[in-house]
Amino acid sequence: MTTANPFANFVIVGERTNVTGSAKFRKLIEADDYAGALVVARQQVESGANVLDVNVDAAMIDGPAAMRRFLNLIASEPDIARIPLMIDSSKWEVIEAGLKCAQGKSIVNSISMKEGEAQFLEHARKVRRYGAATVVMAFDEQGQADTAKRKIDICTRAYTLLTDNGFPPEDIIFDPNIFAVATGIEEHADYALAFFEAARAIRGTLPGAHVSGGVSNVSFSFRGNEPVREAMHAVFLYHAIRAGMDMGIVNAGSLTLYDDVEPELRERVEDVLLNRRADATERLLEHAESVKGGGKKRDTSKDLAWREKPVNERLSHALVHGITEFIVADTEEARLVAARPLHVIEGPLMDGMSIVGDLFGAGKMFLPQVVKSARVMKQAVAHLIPYMEEEKRLTGMEGKSNGKIVMATVKGDVHDIGKNIVGVVLQCNGYEIDDLGVMVPCDKILDRAIEIGADAIGLSGLITPSLDEMVFVASEMQRRGFTLPLLIGGATTSRTHTSVKIAPVYAGPTLYVSDASRAVPVVQKLLGADRDTLVAETKADQTAARESYLAGQDKRPRMPLAKARERAPTLAFAPVKPSFLGVQSFAEYSLAELVPYIDWTPFFASWDLVGRYPDILNDEIVGEAARSLYADARAMLEQLVAEKWVKASGVIGFWPANRDGDDIVLWEDETRAKEKARFFTLRQQMDKGAAQGGKGNFALADFVAPVGTPDYVGAFAVTAGIGEEEVAIRFKRANDDYSAILAQALCDRLAEAFAEAMHAKVRRELWGYAKDEALSTDDLIAEKYRGIRPAPGYPAQPDHTEKRTIFDLLDATENTGIDLTESMAMTPPSSVSGLYFAHPKAEYFGVGKIDRDQVADYARRKGWDLATAERWLSPILAYDPLIAKAG
Amino acid sequence: MNREQRLTALNAELAKRILILDGSMGAYLQGFGLTAEDFHGERFAGHKTSLKGNSDLLTLTRPAVIAEVHEAYLAAGADIVSTNTFTATPVSQAEYALDGVVRDINVEAARLARAACDAFEAKDGKPRAVAGSVGPTTKLLSMSPEVGDPGRRDADFDGMAAGYKEQILGLIEGGADLLLIETITDTLNCKSALWAAWEAFDETGVELPLWISGTITDRSGRTLSGQTVEAFYNSVRHAKPWAVGLNCALGPGDMRAFLADLARVAECPVSAYPNAGLPNAMGGYDETPHSMEEHYAEWARAGLLNIAGGCCGTTPEHITHMLHAVEGVAPRAIPAWDKRMKLAGLEPFTAVA
Repeated sequence: MTTANPFANFVIVGERTNVTGSAKFRKLIEADDYAGALVVARQQVESGANVLDVNVDAAMIDGPAAMRRFLNLIASEPDIARIPLMIDSSKWEVIEAGLKCAQGKSIVNSISMKEGEAQFLEHARKVRRYGAATVVMAFDEQGQADTAKRKIDICTRAYTLLTDNGFPPEDIIFDPNIFAVATGIEEHADYALAFFEAARAIRGTLPGAHVSGGVSNVSFSFRGNEPVREAMHAVFLYHAIRAGMDMGIVNAGSLTLYDDVEPELRERVEDVLLNRRADATERLLEHAESVKGGGKKRDTSKDLAWREKPVNERLSHALVHGITEFIVADTEEARLVAARPLHVIEGPLMDGMSIVGDLFGAGKMFLPQVVKSARVMKQAVAHLIPYMEEEKRLTGMEGKSNGKIVMATVKGDVHDIGKNIVGVVLQCNGYEIDDLGVMVPCDKILDRAIEIGADAIGLSGLITPSLDEMVFVASEMQRRGFTLPLLIGGATTSRTHTSVKIAPVYAGPTLYVSDASRAVPVVQKLLGADRDTLVAETKADQTAARESYLAGQDKRPRMPLAKARERAPTLAFAPVKPSFLGVQSFAEYSLAELVPYIDWTPFFASWDLVGRYPDILNDEIVGEAARSLYADARAMLEQLVAEKWVKASGVIGFWPANRDGDDIVLWEDETRAKEKARFFTLRQQMDKGAAQGGKGNFALADFVAPVGTPDYVGAFAVTAGIGEEEVAIRFKRANDDYSAILAQALCDRLAEAFAEAMHAKVRRELWGYAKDEALSTDDLIAEKYRGIRPAPGYPAQPDHTEKRTIFDLLDATENTGIDLTESMAMTPPSSVSGLYFAHPKAEYFGVGKIDRDQVADYARRKGWDLATAERWLSPILAYDPLIAKAG
Repeated sequence: MNREQRLTALNAELAKRILILDGSMGAYLQGFGLTAEDFHGERFAGHKTSLKGNSDLLTLTRPAVIAEVHEAYLAAGADIVSTNTFTATPVSQAEYALDGVVRDINVEAARLARAACDAFEAKDGKPRAVAGSVGPTTKLLSMSPEVGDPGRRDADFDGMAAGYKEQILGLIEGGADLLLIETITDTLNCKSALWAAWEAFDETGVELPLWISGTITDRSGRTLSGQTVEAFYNSVRHAKPWAVGLNCALGPGDMRAFLADLARVAECPVSAYPNAGLPNAMGGYDETPHSMEEHYAEWARAGLLNIAGGCCGTTPEHITHMLHAVEGVAPRAIPAWDKRMKLAGLEPFTAVA
């Protein structure tokens, strides 16, 4: 089971260990039942709380003593003490007592200007010395802020005071007060709106600061009606998070998603929260009475002749054709006639899946269809699990699987479509998959593998820095004495990298798995009788790969950097000035406008269906699978756009710029006196020979005019992934991985489409150097236009760290919600960023392998040491840094 | 050179190369065959509790021996020597009924070390700094002394901080250039030492750079109080440390992975001074100066180091080899300050937004 946070980037503070919010917890503390209180704390952690709120403010309790006692007890429970604490009290002495018992970095909740500035600053100073972050209540000498203006004024004043006194802005969390709505009092009608507005202003104008609040306050008028309360919390959070709230004190165990709220109830709640109509409260009250039960809808279609067959054949049919409609009823029917529920899995279901496996192996079924089959299988198994558990409980029997595999996308990386597909395919074949998700630190993967007694570990990653992380994980496996097989997969991984960098640091079997269809045969051999043969073959293959890699090392001709620079192309410059300078953001860009820009060919490739769109739809071999996938994709896309499952936002900017050697200098303004930022570019060092028509050795800097000619560059960051994770989680919860993967793949395409649409807008209007351009989508995909938009991490600029500069210039995280991980992966993953060059001769190229002289030069320009440069540029080094050093 | 000039010069060196800290005091002292009389000296001749083994007291009773150790390490190439004050807090000295002389020990220890450094500075003009050693004490603030009573503590934050403050005031008075809070087994003890340091700075108007060195007790990668390396770092990051590092408990082989963890996250210089391996059956240490040199050379090349030194079992010879291992290798580049909110329980948590 996973307890994933359904609200990406939202910090969940578990509220149940708070006596003011939980009568149960208060009674435990008052009854001196600390063992019971620890059980509540553990439940919060297990339900996915990121931070544990501890509040023991009860009338008859000695606050400091109770806080000390509870925190000391928590300290001896590693599964609770794992997460940070929020030390919560209205009394400073209780907070201080708590801080003196907390070794980690906690959050204080809260301090405020209630007693004036002097005491506020004194408390803040102490919070800092104890090493904590703090919640600041929107509360001043006049009282608690209720209007948006008061909230914003107080928070702004507090922020200025704190930061002027050296308090780190990232450790300030504002609580602009969530008050109850639908109370029947007219002045309360705007309370939720005031919070949203304050959250937006705080996040927009007070850099670094966070926004939090106690969400359950908002529904106080509906005490006793949990369905309505939960709906109110879900809808409130939906709007608050969009406004910038990034932390909340909530019941970690019962978070409902906005989309899961029944639409009519949702609308009435929304009317109240957004104060949309005068009778909103009455209408919600009216509806609240009737909230119980609920309706479901289903549609049926197509030829139902197969429904006449015996149940086992119906199960096979459903699996092979990916039909979920009747699966629960059919599974139940099969269970009733089977001796044990497990026999249904081992019998008809596995039989059906082995047909699927055979068809897949024979190339008669394709990945999207297999994933759909898996969805059917999962729903059938989900139906049987309660019966199997019951049986297990009665008999003490154990379940059976072909093997357990822990899978994870490594630390720093957020891409998981490929991993999800491999996981699903393996599950279909009876393997138990423990998927730890994305950005998983090494020790968590290894600890988990030990904990569940895994038979193999699978690592995935898409961006190049993940390769280093995989080497690290392998070295840790060696250090910790693992012998389990390690499987490596993901877009940037390769047989060569696995052989040269990963396998040598780990003595256990290390296998590169090139795609999903390879996963099953590899794992079957590895965990079966053929293991030794496979391991021996792999080792031999990797030795050969290593030798050929090393032999290839010094043979490719590279020219010295100075010579490559002499061969830089000489271009003429006639720059066009953009329509504006500086940054412009595009919040909530219309998804519908992006659809025509979608390039479908890579979409099919992500499902291992190879071929150009639209020809692929009529392909002899994969055509049927492609058509069905395409129909599903179009249907989902339509719904995704209409219902705004995700949000697209982007930001672009233009600046005066000039070339300086292989660097591009961006200027503060047109006087071109003060440097604003600098992009570093890399130059091709391959010897192209004289025969190549004198095209020369390119660097991106070549496309910008040197000082003396006023030239410009632009940059962009766009995403179509805000909300993507929630959508995927919603489907996964329904055992519908097919739709989850489909949604992610569509978001990926929409992000690329967004980049393309934005580029067109830039060329035609915003930069405006190609006002008359008129191209079809095919021409766009074929890049028949003037100017390029290269992205860091791609062949023209393989250094991912240049994204940091782009993000800083555009204030991209603030403007779009895209974040960068420590490995420079963009999250959400459906995001694109890059630079704009307008020169008519600008073209995409690959830097290729570069030599040590350029790496040293680049390191010097970037202010790095050589090792750092070699790490970030490792995929394009023309030499092995270790060998170069030894030699 | 006054303290300010010395720190400026030292920081300039730190930016250019890997600095060298000294090695073990204990390993060197073993060679002197010191007796109970040496420990008691004249001043404590009539002390009722036996003082044998209380090495920090030698500063008062056999100052020449301690001075010789400092000189040996400086001659071996150390840029920084640490004071002989690892257990010189009231909490630890109470076991010898010497809690009344804590201030004296610290003042004198810092003076002795400073005098040795001054002599070397006078020779070649290169800065030599004294790090005032602040140890973990014999009590833990986050853990119960009794398994059956997990909520119990036999020390509290305020008492611990008061003791540390007395020590730190002594170190400042004696002329220490840096404060080295080291061998941290419980991060809460360290936080009380930091609290004490700031109180002492407020009181004296002198602010020393803070150097924080944690101890990973075994291969689980956790401190004794249960934190991972990154959680430990997040918990002390508010001190804006001059340097953070790892020392003691593990030999270089076992320390490497955790040092790599720290080097990935620390936004300040990183130090490492492991033991010369784990104590062997004979109570000795197996890593030779040559074998340790290989580890340090590899760490330096891998970009993990800004300051290198030795802990238990290391000698001036180890230090000379260490110097050789890191000479000419660029120090680890310091990453920029990460502007995300970083919290910690036993494990780290970073708020993404």
